[in-house]
Amino acid sequence: MAERVGIYVCHCGSNIAGTVDVEDVVRWAGENIEDVAVSRDYKFMCSSLGQQIIEEDIKTQGLSRVVVAACSPLLHEKTFRRACASAGLNPYLFQMANIREQVSWVTADKAAATQKAKLSVVAAAQRSKHQQPLQPSHVSVNPATLVVGGGIAGIQATLELADAGYHVYLVEREPSIGGHMAQFDKTFPTLDCSACILTPKMSEVGQHEHVTLLTYSELEEVSGSVGNFKVKVRKRARHVKEDACNGCGVCSQKCPKKLIDDAFEAGFGQRKAIYTPFPQAVPRTPVIDTDACVWFQRQKCRVCEKLCPAGAIDFEQQDQIVELEVGNIILATGWKFFDCTKLPQYGYRRLPNVYTAMEFERMCNAAGPTGGKIVLRDGKTEPESVAIIHCVGSRDSQHHSYCSNVCCMAALKFGHLVLEKTHADVYSFYIDLRTSHKDYEEFYQRLLGEGMHFVRGKVAEVTNADRMPLETGKLVVQAEDTLLGKQRRVPVDMVILMGALEPQADATEVGRTCGIACGAAGWFTERHPKLDPVATMTDGIFVAGVCQGPKDIPASVAQGAAAAARVAGMIAKGTVTIEPITASVDEEKCSGCRICNALCPYSAIEFDEEKTVSRVNLALCKGCGTCVAACPAGAITGAHFTDDQILAEIEGALWDARPSGNEHPAAPALVQCTVDSG
Amino acid sequence: MKCAYYPGCSLESSSAAYDVSVREVADMLRIELLEIDDWNCCGATEYFSQDELTAAAVVARNLALVDPELDQLVAPCAACYLNLKKTDHLMAENPKLGEKVNQALAAGGLHHRPGRIRVRHLLDVIHTDVGEAAVRDKVVRPLSGVRVAPYYGCQVVRPFTDFDNPEYPMKLDELFTWLGAEVVDYPAKAYCCGGHMTQISESQAFELIRRLLQCAASRNADLIACMCPMCQLNLDAYQGQVNSHFRSDFRLPIVFFTQLVGVAFGIEAKRLGFGKEIVPAETVIRDRLGLPELSSVPQT
Repeated sequence: MAERVGIYVCHCGSNIAGTVDVEDVVRWAGENIEDVAVSRDYKFMCSSLGQQIIEEDIKTQGLSRVVVAACSPLLHEKTFRRACASAGLNPYLFQMANIREQVSWVTADKAAATQKAKLSVVAAAQRSKHQQPLQPSHVSVNPATLVVGGGIAGIQATLELADAGYHVYLVEREPSIGGHMAQFDKTFPTLDCSACILTPKMSEVGQHEHVTLLTYSELEEVSGSVGNFKVKVRKRARHVKEDACNGCGVCSQKCPKKLIDDAFEAGFGQRKAIYTPFPQAVPRTPVIDTDACVWFQRQKCRVCEKLCPAGAIDFEQQDQIVELEVGNIILATGWKFFDCTKLPQYGYRRLPNVYTAMEFERMCNAAGPTGGKIVLRDGKTEPESVAIIHCVGSRDSQHHSYCSNVCCMAALKFGHLVLEKTHADVYSFYIDLRTSHKDYEEFYQRLLGEGMHFVRGKVAEVTNADRMPLETGKLVVQAEDTLLGKQRRVPVDMVILMGALEPQADATEVGRTCGIACGAAGWFTERHPKLDPVATMTDGIFVAGVCQGPKDIPASVAQGAAAAARVAGMIAKGTVTIEPITASVDEEKCSGCRICNALCPYSAIEFDEEKTVSRVNLALCKGCGTCVAACPAGAITGAHFTDDQILAEIEGALWDARPSGNEHPAAPALVQCTVDSG
Repeated sequence: MKCAYYPGCSLESSSAAYDVSVREVADMLRIELLEIDDWNCCGATEYFSQDELTAAAVVARNLALVDPELDQLVAPCAACYLNLKKTDHLMAENPKLGEKVNQALAAGGLHHRPGRIRVRHLLDVIHTDVGEAAVRDKVVRPLSGVRVAPYYGCQVVRPFTDFDNPEYPMKLDELFTWLGAEVVDYPAKAYCCGGHMTQISESQAFELIRRLLQCAASRNADLIACMCPMCQLNLDAYQGQVNSHFRSDFRLPIVFFTQLVGVAFGIEAKRLGFGKEIVPAETVIRDRLGLPELSSVPQT
């Protein structure tokens, strides 16, 4: 039985009708295209009235295919598919022809535009006749969620979901959750004690009935797709039995092996081989660093085991692989600090009194290596002057071109702490002062009032090459003061480097494990930078916090909550709709060559070892068509993009070159049309 | 290994000490330096600021004259090194300029394909190609007790950063450690010596020279080791004027690094050009290293 095609040409006000002779297209389509039952135009097809016209015609005219010639399908394909569906016509029997972005908006030549519009319409119409009804599938959503990263963003996401009653597995690689926020002394602009505002949330996470906390653990493998992920987590051996340990701390106290703590103490302080990273750690259970532990290295000691009152030390403990099933994954893996030795002109690690921002945080922290006192490397002398250098590694074409967002505010915070705790002068050497969020500008004004000095100039070097007596024994900071127009050499006792925030060293690998990409700067790529910052191109995988890009605590918390809300929404709905525009392998034709496996950009093709055929995972397939084109046996079909459909569309577009007799169609007419209009 | 050798004008005259010590050291290290036949002046720093095309053509002639069998070109003078390297780089980055340069060269029956030759500073060849083990092996008289301030100057470490760190280079420091010397931590090691400012604006130049001398002196360096004839000249020949200008009392011998390498390798001080410098290095060589006094060598 012949199809009954309905053709609708939209004016889009004057957007299309101003250039394309819409009535001519409608008339031409009705007269020339086979099987056209209805051919109409309307001012705004996407309006409710426009949609109604289509719905009515489907019912009264018995339309079996619908073509709308209008704007880009990116805008309204969904709209018209919905209209068809509500009138009882399968939405995949609809096709859209773009005669706006591809015709009326790219030429002023009315004749050429009208001609191309006709060709677009007939192409769409011919294609539509080969289209088949398709049904989307639905998968259920596992209500459990995996959150990777126990910093403030991950903690926030975890608590939001757990409080809603959904189970969360929180995986954290360090022995305790808390992230970088646990290292800070005070937070800007409120000067809240960082630990004081963080630890209540950490405790909640640690005690929550709906949270399974897996610390000192690594994400190893992720498989599956949205709604149904299978995850493998390696729970590294702490060598301390978690249920036996009561956190008394005797083991750390008595451990004979001390070493520099590069993680929590930022290389500024020390810890023992058996340790908890900080007093408020969650969980409280210590960890044995087997690379440092005297027993693991030289088979001596075991003092901790002897002294532990709970018998909790277990040198035989092994790593455990935990297998989890979750519906969604939130990555909140955070950041690492820039290696300031990459800028040797600032003297870090060469000149003793040059500190990184992280070292300085630990210095100011009352629980830190200096008990909160601001002193030089000798451990006792108070500095008389401190220089703070902004943008170390950030806004730098040799290192990171981005701005790390938080350092200007942190520099002001440091200035305040120095002025509060010492009699020192403080100099900030900045390029710009970025104090743009709520109460941030006021914080800057406060520091101006407190007498902090500001020099606008990127520091050329920090040196101990004194040129005159008053520089002897000091660190000289040389910078061009661009507001004064002069070079300045400022002798100080201490220099603090505001280093850049960088993606974690293994961010790319973690992304690969989860099937998401990183951008040029190394941060995870969000689905849309403005309109969808927490979702990714892979359904079911979300990102939150600095791992998506440098940001402060309020923004990280907001993103953690946003990601949790998205997940909660999916869990509440219970199912996820999978679009039927996917590829499928004809197993009879498949020779098992596996060329398609490697080509799939979404890793959506699995190989059945037993039957030696490839199979498309419909939940992961995005219908890109790469495998369809690549298969040497032609064994793969792309639903809604079959060969018949595509060829029919091409034939329609070559309408002008149709053979009158039996000759092969040539393409000059179409080429001419586009050349003239371009 | 075989390298084409470009001594440059200074090494033939005021910096003869550099040339002789380079040849002695290269010989010891089995680096065969094959001097380019009929090389011309590289134009130093002035020419490029006048007319880029002519300057590049003048330099490119030397590149074109390099034996086709050789792909490495060694220049001990930092300015020559930079000009040669810069010209090759310019011709590669700017094909139009490269074409014009080759047109000019064609008039003399020459042609240079940019990228064919690697332009190296001698220190690079010694540090990278010869390497620590081979250098240590040749040391017969370790420079123990000699406090050396290694001075790089600007042109070898900037703007091309493929050899060493542009802000705080370490390779000359490392070489001296291999020779057993006490290497002074010299933060001014990559500061500009003023170059030709001594001709253009004396007082500016004097301060630049003074800060280099002062930094070395305040750290009790016995001498400053240079890798550029201009730096050596500025620090040595103008030391007296700097002293009068600032009422300072610097008495720092300024030598070429290859002269010290030669001493460590057991080569006679006479054969290494000692005695040609203005602030005499004699006392250091004699006292610190216990070497026989230099017989008076006529100054050139």
